Amino acid sequence: MEHLNKQDENMNIVIVGHVDHGKSTIIGRLLADTNSLPEGKLEQVKETCRRNSKPFEYAFLLDALKDEQSQGITIDSARVFFNTKKRNYIIIDAPGHIEFLKNMVTGASRAESALLVIDANEGIKENSKRHGYMLSMLGIKQVSVLVNKMDLVDYDEDTYKNIVKEYTKFLEKIDIKPESFIPVSGMMGDAVASLSDNMPWYEGQTVLESLDNFKTKKEPENRPFRMPVQDVYKFTKDGDNRRIVAGNIESGKVSVGDEVVFYPSGKSSKVKSIEGFNREKTDTIGVGYATGFTLEEQIYIKRGELASIYNQKKPKVSSRIKTNLFWLGRKPMKKGKEYKFKVGTSKVIAKIEEITRVIDASDLSNAKKESIDRHDVAECILTLDKAIAFDEVTDIDKTSRFVIVDDYEIAGGGIIQKALEDDLSEVRDKVMLRNYKWEKSIITKEERAEKYNQKSSLILITGKEDVGKKPLAKTLEKKLFNDGKIVYFLGIGNLLYGVDADIKATSNNNKEEHLRRLAEVANIILDSGSILIVTAVGLTKENLDTIKTSIDTENIQTVWVGDEVTTNIPVDIQITDTNSLEAESNRIKGLLQKEGIIFKPW
Amino acid sequence: MNHLDKLENRSIHILREAYSEFNNLGMLWSIGKDSTVLLWLARKAFFGHVPIPLIHVDTNYKIPEMIEHRDRLAREWKLDMIYGQNTDALENKETFPDGNTTRLKCCKNLKTNALKNTLNGVWPRYRMNHDTKEYEIDKNREPFTGVIVGVRSDEEGSRSKERYFSPRDKNNDWDIGDQPPEFWNQYKTDFAPGTHVRIHPLLDWTELDIWEYIKRENIPMVSLYFDQGEGKRYRSLGCAPCTNPVDSTAKNVDEVIEELKTGKFSNIAERSGRAQDKEDGGGLEELRKDGYM
Repeated sequence: MEHLNKQDENMNIVIVGHVDHGKSTIIGRLLADTNSLPEGKLEQVKETCRRNSKPFEYAFLLDALKDEQSQGITIDSARVFFNTKKRNYIIIDAPGHIEFLKNMVTGASRAESALLVIDANEGIKENSKRHGYMLSMLGIKQVSVLVNKMDLVDYDEDTYKNIVKEYTKFLEKIDIKPESFIPVSGMMGDAVASLSDNMPWYEGQTVLESLDNFKTKKEPENRPFRMPVQDVYKFTKDGDNRRIVAGNIESGKVSVGDEVVFYPSGKSSKVKSIEGFNREKTDTIGVGYATGFTLEEQIYIKRGELASIYNQKKPKVSSRIKTNLFWLGRKPMKKGKEYKFKVGTSKVIAKIEEITRVIDASDLSNAKKESIDRHDVAECILTLDKAIAFDEVTDIDKTSRFVIVDDYEIAGGGIIQKALEDDLSEVRDKVMLRNYKWEKSIITKEERAEKYNQKSSLILITGKEDVGKKPLAKTLEKKLFNDGKIVYFLGIGNLLYGVDADIKATSNNNKEEHLRRLAEVANIILDSGSILIVTAVGLTKENLDTIKTSIDTENIQTVWVGDEVTTNIPVDIQITDTNSLEAESNRIKGLLQKEGIIFKPW
Repeated sequence: MNHLDKLENRSIHILREAYSEFNNLGMLWSIGKDSTVLLWLARKAFFGHVPIPLIHVDTNYKIPEMIEHRDRLAREWKLDMIYGQNTDALENKETFPDGNTTRLKCCKNLKTNALKNTLNGVWPRYRMNHDTKEYEIDKNREPFTGVIVGVRSDEEGSRSKERYFSPRDKNNDWDIGDQPPEFWNQYKTDFAPGTHVRIHPLLDWTELDIWEYIKRENIPMVSLYFDQGEGKRYRSLGCAPCTNPVDSTAKNVDEVIEELKTGKFSNIAERSGRAQDKEDGGGLEELRKDGYM
């Protein structure tokens, strides 16, 4: 891993600030003062200005370069390149764009540091603060504040000091400690490349010095290991028997022999090998790398899990979270509406439970609002349809960041501040521990599926009492059995006097525990590769969530028997006519074929 | 971790996200240096395999060596290789070399339209059968919903406005002024029915990065990129009638890198040897809005 220590000579920076506070002028001046311009360009633009009787501005230089960008590589409309003796800089920027905030967020998320420009003459404006706040949310901690256009205030020290004082107070509130404040004039060049006689009272860094003093982020490897699982690859068709868990390492490092634990499932195994193509064989790999590893034991994990290492700080798992988010969508974010929510590689459905407060990013004042409008920043509690694994922002910021998708587009983003308790916390804790302690077979889920010619699956038959659920279940069991399927019927009553004997007598409030145990038994039968048919009275959506939390398959079919669905459970098939058990079983069989659980002959 | 490592890791992440999120994913391979680096990155991302079909639009005017190179690597690396072409335009001689259209119209016929109709499955696709080592008409005519493309933002103005995952609507239209935000390694992987997404894992790479990576990884390149003793080499590859070599004596990857570092080409666009770009001012941006890559 020696090559890791090589000094990276590139740094991405972003320049932000209120419109017309002089971002483009600063960029133009940086290019000119670092000799990064094509030969003769500066003179040419000055000449054009003279001919058109326009005062020359560095911003024109930028425009001229953009027009001619096909001729060179100084600039493209998203990036500006220049270098100092120390390193190459790429300014990611889209000044003056109407969709500035969207582009700024896009650019800033790729930057390691930022220059924030404030007009000395106009003072601190709405976007001076909003952009500062966005930088803080995006996780950019290295910021230099340029108090620009000092020439327009006669290089007055007091004007500068007042802005520094006021803006420092603001930055403190949003947890940004600026690397420096610099009084500059982009137009005249004061304090950009060299200190200026116009401001003898300023003896600090120039803009170029402050850039060179930024540190290229070296991610520490001594933090807890985190890798969102992008996928588990197996290319057996190509004669490759490796089963590789792939992803980018967001934090820490992992080595052969480490015991990795995946969340939210809680499953674990030891790392057998670290894999790569056309790279030196290694036994350890750290943060930043797109990698993959194989495991000692065959466990079934999916995209969306978060890999960690046993004995290190655990990620949080919950379906209720306290967040801080910003909204960029045209339509406001509303209560009651469902949104796609993505953190790491997991994707779930989120709803607003409560908008705690909407923060005006420009003055940090609070408002109580019923929806979150475009460019608002809000603190709110979100409820997710499934528990996911993540970190709280104060622990590991990268794995606390999420985006929200509305109408097919990323419309917002934010950070998770806190994992909150949800209804399933207790059941889930038991499941994670059970999975962690699980004694693993050497036969994989896929091997069983191939051998038995079926995928394991749970068929839940529910409805009111005495409507014919059991006869239907038994007919279906016999039908699948005759087809050669591995199938088992389990009535919930079969558990009551055995598995549930200890809680049967105390009864009443034990429905949750009965369900949990049912789900645990179901999980074992499903793990054997079987198709399991369960009958139970009046199951609700909440009951289904409990069962889903405990069992290790996405393959669940719900069948409601009766004229009217009287609970909130989502139903795959409703059966109103129980006189023809044969025909109704065939319908369920058809569903299994459609879902690819069992094979459908031509 | 150095600069090339960072680029590589990000590109691999993007490729894997695309592979996991799109059911009908394809990757354009023009046999040029950029899309060949992309292909190599796919082998890195998938541990030596390329589980994504590669699509080549064969204009029939490609320099013959490029087709040989394509089929050799396809067989060697067991690539799921598909090509498509505008047979009607070729048969009816609606091409620039036949003297019947402008360069731009020819591009539209042989590339843009061929690409569009190959991606949406309207025209026949030809897929390599690795048992016979020959191409056969592909029975699968499903449209591709995600298309991985090797464009770089430093190549040319309109390409710099792309995102890693850029949406295209039903008519392949692309609203440059209003693109969705993209941050924190989260991309646009949701799309309305009938639309598709272009995926650009090489967006951050420069021409020099590409060549330095080719050197580091020892990626096989078609020899047209190097001077064969005539003092000329291709810097960008396209159709023979519309692509001109540049003056250069760079005979191998090291010499190409040296040449780029001297700044010899810093004021000459990489695609300046591609005649269709110049034909009417914003040629490529227009072509790209229309679906050209």
